[in-house]
Amino acid sequence: MTLIHETDFGTPASKSEKLVTLTIDGQSISVPEGTSIMRAAMEMGTKIPKLCATDMVDAFGSCRLCLVEIEGRPGTPASCTTPVSPGLNVKTQTPRLKQLRKGVMELYISDHPLDCLTCAANGDCELQDMAGAVGLREVRYGMDGANHFKPDSPLAMPKDESNPYFTYDPAKCIVCSRCVRACEEVQGTFALTIEGRGFDSRVSPGQHEAFLDSDCVSCGACVQACPTATLQEKSVIEIGQPEHSVVTTCAYCGVGCAFKAEMRGDELVRMVPYKDGKANRGHSCVKGRFAWGYATHKERILSPMIRDSIDQPWREVGWQEAIGFAANRLKAIQARYGRDSIGGITSSRCTNEETFLVQKLIRAGFGTNNVDTCARVCHSPTGYGLKTTFGTSAGTQDFDSVEHTDVVVVIGANPTDGHPVFASRLKKRLRQGAKLIVIDPRRIDLVKSPHIKAEVHLPLLPGTNVAIVTALAHVIVTEGLVDEVFVRERCDWAEFQEWAAFLSEPRNSPDIVGPMAGVEPDAIRHAARLFATGGNGAIYYGLGVTEHSQGTTTVMAIANLAMATGNIGRPGVGVNPLRGQNNVQGACDMGSFPHEFSGYRHVSDDATRQMFEELWGVPLSGDPGLRIPNMLDAAVDGSFKGLYVQGEDILQSDPNTHHVAAGLAAMECVIVQDLFLNETANYAHVFLPGCTFLEKDGTFTNAERRIQRVRRVMAPKNGYADWEVTLLLARAMGFEMDYAHPSQIMDEIAKVTPSFKGVSYQRLEEMGSIQWPCNDKAPLGTPVMHIDGFVRGKGKFVITEYIPTEERTGARFPLLLTTGRILSQYNVGAQTRRTANVVWHEEDRLEIHPHDAENRGICDGDWIKLQSRSGETALRALITDRVAPGVVYTTFHHPDTQANVITTDYSDWATNCPEYKVTAVQVSPSNGPTPWQQEYEAQAQRSRRIEGHAVEAAE
Amino acid sequence: MSPDKLVMMANQIGAFFASQGPGGAKGAADHIRSFWDPRMQARILDHLDKGGEGLTPLVVQALSMLRSKP
Repeated sequence: MTLIHETDFGTPASKSEKLVTLTIDGQSISVPEGTSIMRAAMEMGTKIPKLCATDMVDAFGSCRLCLVEIEGRPGTPASCTTPVSPGLNVKTQTPRLKQLRKGVMELYISDHPLDCLTCAANGDCELQDMAGAVGLREVRYGMDGANHFKPDSPLAMPKDESNPYFTYDPAKCIVCSRCVRACEEVQGTFALTIEGRGFDSRVSPGQHEAFLDSDCVSCGACVQACPTATLQEKSVIEIGQPEHSVVTTCAYCGVGCAFKAEMRGDELVRMVPYKDGKANRGHSCVKGRFAWGYATHKERILSPMIRDSIDQPWREVGWQEAIGFAANRLKAIQARYGRDSIGGITSSRCTNEETFLVQKLIRAGFGTNNVDTCARVCHSPTGYGLKTTFGTSAGTQDFDSVEHTDVVVVIGANPTDGHPVFASRLKKRLRQGAKLIVIDPRRIDLVKSPHIKAEVHLPLLPGTNVAIVTALAHVIVTEGLVDEVFVRERCDWAEFQEWAAFLSEPRNSPDIVGPMAGVEPDAIRHAARLFATGGNGAIYYGLGVTEHSQGTTTVMAIANLAMATGNIGRPGVGVNPLRGQNNVQGACDMGSFPHEFSGYRHVSDDATRQMFEELWGVPLSGDPGLRIPNMLDAAVDGSFKGLYVQGEDILQSDPNTHHVAAGLAAMECVIVQDLFLNETANYAHVFLPGCTFLEKDGTFTNAERRIQRVRRVMAPKNGYADWEVTLLLARAMGFEMDYAHPSQIMDEIAKVTPSFKGVSYQRLEEMGSIQWPCNDKAPLGTPVMHIDGFVRGKGKFVITEYIPTEERTGARFPLLLTTGRILSQYNVGAQTRRTANVVWHEEDRLEIHPHDAENRGICDGDWIKLQSRSGETALRALITDRVAPGVVYTTFHHPDTQANVITTDYSDWATNCPEYKVTAVQVSPSNGPTPWQQEYEAQAQRSRRIEGHAVEAAE
Repeated sequence: MSPDKLVMMANQIGAFFASQGPGGAKGAADHIRSFWDPRMQARILDHLDKGGEGLTPLVVQALSMLRSKP
């Protein structure tokens, strides 16, 4: 293995299809029109010296090192800013150029410390490389003039070490502006600038602020762009340069960024976004780039543990004993209470192969369909809604599609926080002129941020999604904006007519819906007209759509809108669910839902079931099993007694904590397989240590149906990859599964799942990634779906009657609480809270409008009590007009807040996806944590005791 | 698994299919058959047998269909 060096072509690729032929150093080359001379030279292997150019940002032409001579043209133009043209004859190396470059380098080096041997970038410094490339042998100006690097120099600035992951050393800055441009062009945050003029110039976060105090979101693009050690990862400063690297896939959100894990031995030095990653195109966010320290966190549990009851301390045991204990308990429960008294939960954080195995173990080894996945509580309505309307339970596009979009609708999603790398790609398109419609109760960052302004923001009341999307469709239908050609050709016309008649009823008009939903009717009309007439229209949505009692109905309403406007089946359009966790799509594909096998085929389908029975050698149940909320209900009821949970913390993540705790407490065997003693483990009898994505092989499938490899870069610290742990449990349960490597599991998945027929590790090696369906009809995968027709045949319009949730505000609970995420933290925070990301978000805060705060005598930062019909908790207030009066908002990343003690049992009508986004609450001043929080903490502490350990492992 | 909760869930399903025009009861019955585990189905049918308190007329009709076509 070696360190993967990706070629830097100096300037971005041109997308022109027209080729231009020119001559460089006597060699003829043809490149797309618009290509720079620098890039053209690099295409043929000639690396023109450069410092301010890199292919992640546009050419800038400031360093004057990449000069060339062009026959018939005066002077020495910069090759980065000079595009090719037909017949050019370019020289990249002449006596004049050599002399000029040497002179430029002399000037650079005269203001640069010569501490190469002790510099963190030693061996990975472009300034060092260029000094070598131009043959710099002396600096005639000496090093004693005005400079930025000598401590006593009036121009010297202190090193900024405020960011937990990288340092800024102004002494080493060559003012190439690559970081500033990366922040603008790639990330879209505009946090950096060049302050001062001439020789005084220096990079500055904001108005000469520290990085941590500035608008910087710590995505790492500036560090990646920096050619010197000016912006340098602290891990490289501490460890040194990596010596080999492996391409793998991030284990955080559903964007699925590809990274190079750069290693020294089996120590991870840094994660660097991979340019060939089709989802991220070389970009990253603070989580994937930097927040991987949890993998070696001291609280990670590496030994299996068991206990007879949850009031006892844990006892560390060997794998054999733990697995035997777990299997015996599960078998005893089944013998006493029946086969369907146990079940399990697969994880969207685990690989496809692991997920497939867990559901196989439960269906075939446990003999029950009581298997579900955390997608239940996030995107299950997407599966049902899109399968009903289009025929496939997945988004229709790839992320590249946004480059062709003219009007973007973002509804119930906060991409800059939840899906930051996609958000950067979206913002880039918006800066190019695409229009944006935001439908969200909060004024999310996309509504207004540097160089981005939404054309329309509909700040609807939580719970009114169906009404608003239906009202948008009302305008489109009643104003004759339907793409009738598309609808007649691609959809069921009779169903469309019924739908159109329903929509046209006055009760669905903006004038009726607007006041009820808290939105100006004219804004609804404006948004509808813009979406229907503005060119390619794409809809991106998140959990603000799905996690409602009408989540599925909203998904179908979105699908209706896309079909009615002809926005399906080509790049730039489509319905795009932004998946929460890294492998939500994959977990769903792999047959994790209790009612269906892999590939979304119902368990009652005899032919499919028989195929699995023959392959797996056991009879399978044709009845749907319990979903997660049903499992907990059945546990409280006494008919569900044993649960195997891989990589999910249902006690913190699922709604109505009291109910979840009661369900878990009622079980006789809870097996938790995870990295840490999470909240669910407080109620567990068996703890099986899990391993991180760095320690195993497999695949993840991201939000665009892209299957990508996860590659092991170090041995599992717990001894086994997660898939191997499942094999051990299966064997102990008497169901032998024989796989030597995850590639064999994928071969089985491909054999039994039509949409995965063409997928194999070999194919993934060849192609890098594959978007399913990948089969005989689409051997290279399917970036855009439903191109010539819908998977179900004709697109189905579904009537979307607005039915308000049962959760209502009233005198006791007058405010509506909605929940969400923040950039630096991920889901329940089990990983990110164990990294330096806590500097950005140490605690969950309650966002409340100034009017509501004033009415209650609450000041910013005060402790407040948040109360609903389900429970109460206390946290500190954050006063902001991001939320409308009457609406409050919080995150759910911290177990000491337990936002889900507030959320209710209400759920989506079709899928039981919990209604996290609408809870009627009251807010009142408080002195600090509630008695319940204190009691919860005490119980958690007691539950985490480990025999023989003086210090308890804490969540 | 309290009957109250199952009644609420069934009524939610019923409310959606009621909005879909003729055939709503069959739609609701098919949905419950496809997504509810047997013990949930048995429990709601048991509740129906005891008078079906709280169930909407469409759901009552749907549950009769659910029972008649195992």
